[in-house]
Amino acid sequence: MSIDMSQFHQVFFEECFEGLDAMESGLLNLDTGDIDAEMINTIFRGAHSIKGGSGTFGFHDVADFTHVMETLLDEMRDGRRKVTQPAVDVLLGSVDCLRTMLTSIQEGESVDQAAVEKYKHALEVQLSGAAGGAPAPEQPSSRTEPEKADDEVVASEAYEMPEQGWKIAFCPYLDLLKTGNDPVRMFRELAELGDYSVSVNARDVPGLFELDPEECNLSWTLQIKGDISLQEVNEVFSWVEGDCELDIQPLTKPGKTVPAVKKIEPEPILPETGAAKTELDETEAKTGTGNPESIKQSIPQPDNDQTKSPKSSGSNSIRVDTAKIDALIDLVGEVVITQSMLGLISENFTMDQLEQLKRGLSQLERHTRDMQQSVMNIRMLPISFVFSRFPRLVHDISAKLGKKIELKLVGENTEVDKAVVELINDPLVHLIRNSLDHGIEMPADRLAEGKPETGTIELNAYHRGGHIVIEIIDDGRGLDRNKLIAKAVEKGLIAENSLLSDKQAFELIFMPGFSTAESITDISGRGVGMDVVRKNIQALGGNIEIISQLGKGTTISIHLPLTLAIIDGQSVAVGDEIYIVPLVSIIESINVTEKMLNKIAGKGEAFKLRNQYIPIIRMHEVFNVPPKDKSKPSEGVIVVVERQGALCGLFVDELLGPQQVVVKSLEANYRRVEGISGATILGDGSVALILDVPGLVRYSNRQTQLSSAA
Amino acid sequence: MAQEIKNSSDQNRYHKEIDAVQYLSFTMENEEYGVDILRVQEIRSWEPVSRVPNVPYYEKGVVNLRGSIVPIIDLRERFDLKFSDYTPLTVVVVLQTRDGNRTRTMGVVVDAVSDVITIDKNKIQKAPDFGSKVSNEFIAGLTSVNERMVILLDVDKLLKLEELENHNN
Amino acid sequence: MASILAVDDSASMRKMVAFTLKGAGYEVEEAVDGVDALTKAQIKKFDCIVTDVNMPNKDGIALIRDLRSLPDYKYIPMLMLTTESGIEKKQEGKAAGATGWIVKPFDPEQLLRTLKKVLG
Repeated sequence: MSIDMSQFHQVFFEECFEGLDAMESGLLNLDTGDIDAEMINTIFRGAHSIKGGSGTFGFHDVADFTHVMETLLDEMRDGRRKVTQPAVDVLLGSVDCLRTMLTSIQEGESVDQAAVEKYKHALEVQLSGAAGGAPAPEQPSSRTEPEKADDEVVASEAYEMPEQGWKIAFCPYLDLLKTGNDPVRMFRELAELGDYSVSVNARDVPGLFELDPEECNLSWTLQIKGDISLQEVNEVFSWVEGDCELDIQPLTKPGKTVPAVKKIEPEPILPETGAAKTELDETEAKTGTGNPESIKQSIPQPDNDQTKSPKSSGSNSIRVDTAKIDALIDLVGEVVITQSMLGLISENFTMDQLEQLKRGLSQLERHTRDMQQSVMNIRMLPISFVFSRFPRLVHDISAKLGKKIELKLVGENTEVDKAVVELINDPLVHLIRNSLDHGIEMPADRLAEGKPETGTIELNAYHRGGHIVIEIIDDGRGLDRNKLIAKAVEKGLIAENSLLSDKQAFELIFMPGFSTAESITDISGRGVGMDVVRKNIQALGGNIEIISQLGKGTTISIHLPLTLAIIDGQSVAVGDEIYIVPLVSIIESINVTEKMLNKIAGKGEAFKLRNQYIPIIRMHEVFNVPPKDKSKPSEGVIVVVERQGALCGLFVDELLGPQQVVVKSLEANYRRVEGISGATILGDGSVALILDVPGLVRYSNRQTQLSSAA
Repeated sequence: MAQEIKNSSDQNRYHKEIDAVQYLSFTMENEEYGVDILRVQEIRSWEPVSRVPNVPYYEKGVVNLRGSIVPIIDLRERFDLKFSDYTPLTVVVVLQTRDGNRTRTMGVVVDAVSDVITIDKNKIQKAPDFGSKVSNEFIAGLTSVNERMVILLDVDKLLKLEELENHNN
Repeated sequence: MASILAVDDSASMRKMVAFTLKGAGYEVEEAVDGVDALTKAQIKKFDCIVTDVNMPNKDGIALIRDLRSLPDYKYIPMLMLTTESGIEKKQEGKAAGATGWIVKPFDPEQLLRTLKKVLG
């Protein structure tokens, strides 16, 4: 039977990534001073499972790599090796390395062998070193040798293939049957190897009254003839080693004596084989055993981009709590019942059943709505999917900065749409890095300020009115509004005498080109950050706010819609076509009069709204729609939209009303279209396109430039 | 991915054993074309599409196919044949195409579907450069059925959408 | 056909084992750890147990030990799937009552061959 193993790969990869996450969080929580055995066991199990699976599914590089990790962890688990910080760091690095490796394999890309070798070497150095001054074990145990599928290495080579066959004396101990082994099955297996004969010896069978039917009182002598290797014979009996006396002799021509080949008894644990030892000795020689300095040097530096969300997070499958599925199935049941009820009514419909029909239809409507809710619910994941990566980030960065920081996670089980989970990671990483770098002070400074030495960053997630709110709260130095304003003035971002509220002052940090750090560090980048963060959050239909108190700390709150799969939209008519404008980007809609319009030479049109000139985009023109006799903006409607703080007016024919729309991908079967973020299906089954407002504005600007250049 | 591997091995077995392949044939401008029947998802009649702005003219728009947004491509226009008005007899053949690891569903507008034809694989000729109306890149081969020539199309190449930049005027 | 309980905390391994065995005509149920397996084995009597060794909650060896103490499972073959080909694990498993073992990584053919040793 041949089985297509690739069908298990997806599950395997998911499982590996989960295992790696568990290993990572375990390693981070490992206190080298006070070892939690269960914790190490969990970490070990992660490596162990990945190794087992990768071997089975044919990813041998992964298996080899995990084997080294497993060996190290196994020794820690057994207490043969002390858990030291350098070892934990190497293991953390190896987790990252393995994650990258698996991602590459999953994506069908080639694996970065250099990185793999680097970590493998570091692991081996750890293995060979007598870590943490613990007494050097005899040698890091026999486990470093490559595992063999069977341990019959002692089988003599000289007698592998006698011409005739084997004579086997098999005398089971009394308890053999209690392991589920059955001599009859073993003999049957033997019979498959060749011509066989058996004689039974029942002289040890006790009298009927003493007979314990659960015991095996018989012994056998077997002969098997044919071209059979000793290994094949041994394999038949391999499971009963130690449960029997077994003597296997080659069958020989009369007169010729051959010594006994092997008597199987519980084997002693073999000392390590030469090969593995030599290899270890070499690494040892290179690094110098027990020299902490050299071990330290061989720890690869963690990569800076380790916190980037792994590509796997974009995987297309999702794990769902069965309770959610059950709820959905219940609802489907309700719908089916309602449906059949409606079917009955319609069969012989008379007007006196109208009330019944109406009731049925409203029931159906309710069920449909519930079902929609329920399906959306399936896409919801706890925010812990994102949060769980941050302990590592904080651990690594605070160590780098020499700060003491405690990360608190609150509301990790708050659920949010899978798509939001995937997209929120990078902005959050950026914000946390900022808090770590600029927010929390050095321990000494904190003490001088009368604050506890260890700073706190709290990540808090909760639901509020159809939104998820994520807060990043630090008790660091806070934002200095005067400094911010001075800096903005210096950079020419605001006028010198601007009167700004605190809120406005704090918002300055979201302006492009603004950076609060006095020195640029490699932690939080070069001031390209906050404006991009805000842009990304707005792209998700959310917003970001900042509250700060000088010397006390800063709170950044992000509000995001719970799902990207359904949005509130305003449907608008452009000629005969219908488009959806996301409600989040609409400021207001205005009927304009001719007087408000102004042509700007070479730059299109604008209209004046409360002392501000707002450029107009004629939807007919950018989308090449034949207008419905409404070529002048004064006869249509201007939908004022906001794009990164700048306003813009979309000229459309008519507003058709607000509605919730289910967002469908245009790219799944088709392509990405500029100015369009997706599509939706209207009540009549037809398709309407959803506008991507920033993209549309960009596209329109380019068109204008092109036409004015021409 | 597993699914795809399985399919292709099924296909291989099919080809090996019978050496025959089935094509759906349809006509346009009095010429007969064929597409691999295994790629045909369904045949529908033409229905109005929602136009998509700023894409090549032969990409007519998108329709809702059981909840998925599926593009409709006019094959006449794709082949630079004369556009012909859509009638109730105009047919849309919904095809599965592969682009790398992705499978997409697209509809193509043709004049009329004629038949399912079984073709001996060995009798498929390579397309000669004979100046057919259809660009050679879309043609998988030529064959004849009852003395008629059938142009076999390569679905994946046919529906590989060009980058938009080329079409922005 | 014989019924088999496949126990593994790793979904991919469990699926692979179950798929292979089902393909060979066995009736297969899956359990995610020793505790789950012990519960399932008490609801229904299986003809064979195939279990991973290293699992959370209850490992394979403890599972085998517990099952062996049940009258229904006194002579039922129980195989361990183990990467630890090291002799201690095998001895430990045997002491607990394991019939035999299959060393990971294994391929589906090996699995079926091994099962034939104890079933049928």
